[in-house]
Amino acid sequence: MNDVCVRLEGVSKRYPHFLLDNISLDLPVGSILGFIGANGAGKSTTIRILMGLVRQDSGSVQVLGHAMPAEQTAAKLDIGYVSEDMRLYGSATLAWHMNFIASIYPQWDQSYADTLVRRFDLRPEQKIKGLSHGQRVKAALLLALGRQPRLLLLDEPTTGLDPVARREVLAELMAVLADERRTIFFSSHNTLDVEQISDRIAFIDRGRIIALEEKEDLLDRWRRVRLVVPPSAVLPQFPGIVEVGGTERLPVLITNHFDPAVVSLCQDRGATVQSIDSMTLEEIFVANVQSRRELQPA
Amino acid sequence: MHSGPSSIVLSQTGGPLYQQIMDQIKQKIAVEEWKAGDEIPSIRQLAVDLRVSVITVKRAYLELEREGLIVTQHGKGSFVATGIAVGPHLYEQKLSVHLEEAARLGTTIGMSGRELVSRLRKALDEVDDARPVSPKSLKESQ
Repeated sequence: MNDVCVRLEGVSKRYPHFLLDNISLDLPVGSILGFIGANGAGKSTTIRILMGLVRQDSGSVQVLGHAMPAEQTAAKLDIGYVSEDMRLYGSATLAWHMNFIASIYPQWDQSYADTLVRRFDLRPEQKIKGLSHGQRVKAALLLALGRQPRLLLLDEPTTGLDPVARREVLAELMAVLADERRTIFFSSHNTLDVEQISDRIAFIDRGRIIALEEKEDLLDRWRRVRLVVPPSAVLPQFPGIVEVGGTERLPVLITNHFDPAVVSLCQDRGATVQSIDSMTLEEIFVANVQSRRELQPA
Repeated sequence: MHSGPSSIVLSQTGGPLYQQIMDQIKQKIAVEEWKAGDEIPSIRQLAVDLRVSVITVKRAYLELEREGLIVTQHGKGSFVATGIAVGPHLYEQKLSVHLEEAARLGTTIGMSGRELVSRLRKALDEVDDARPVSPKSLKESQ
């Protein structure tokens, strides 16, 4: 469990209108990282660098013990990569693609692939150009999963899938992790998916990692606190307040360093704590990004 | 596919996932669906079954261990602890949560302690009315 599968150190990449700025991140073998960011935040660029498709300007990238992009040929034998812009051959069938992949990768497991065909509700004899968007996504995932790679690099694997298909895909990803030697790195803006299956969470915004931690720790730190402040009392201050909403008498605070001592602290100041609510990953992400953007406008 | 005696059903709107897992395991133990000494699913297995991350299940198991409801033996697995009465323990905890909530709400609307106590008595009477009458409870409520 303690081996590192993916390690980025001080990785930067400059484009005319975008800077991936000094990204550091690591992911232990056997775990799953959910990579969350708005559109254009740098998710795909980071994943392409991990895959060796884009060369970083500076910094070091290690994937499965290989330096990228220099040793990408060796690394790619064990990486399953799926992204939106990956094209399959339109006039060929899914079965043809499975044979093609099987001829390149010796680890290809046809019986597992057959199971996936049924679970994903696909037909091997169908040509790719006749598939819907969701079916194409599932076909691409199937081709990656069937190789049983040690690392799955998935760029928005659930985008455009219907709820039933999404559940199937998430279940397959979790099934992959039943094997402790395998690791998943996936990006998404569906925070619900990420919240459910991730061990670790990274938030990226405007090319910078703004949070990287174990999911449970992250969810634990953030709370929304509703208060009742009588006219005579003052709004108590406590650590980590990132947002103050509501009204003067009924303020709603968001803190990213929640401490249960807040309740007695408020009572000492004459205010009452109405409720302390945990927040969803989506709420945390939005609050985090907004508070930073207010401090540092683009 | 994911049914069977160990099935736990998670809700996306039901609060923190680890908490839901904890609560449902406690209930399983309370109703003896999982009996003292029984081996329970491994962390990774339950994670796969529930489609939630390993770390979420690990957190639930750690807290259950801390509360003494399960024990984990390294290399062997996790088991329901023996010699504990979970049923009363579980409802005891729920009760304190609700009592605290009632006290807080009472304070918010400026209700006196005495008033709150009399409201609790009234609530007790209502529950008693709804309960099948046994000689003992009749005596108590009168």
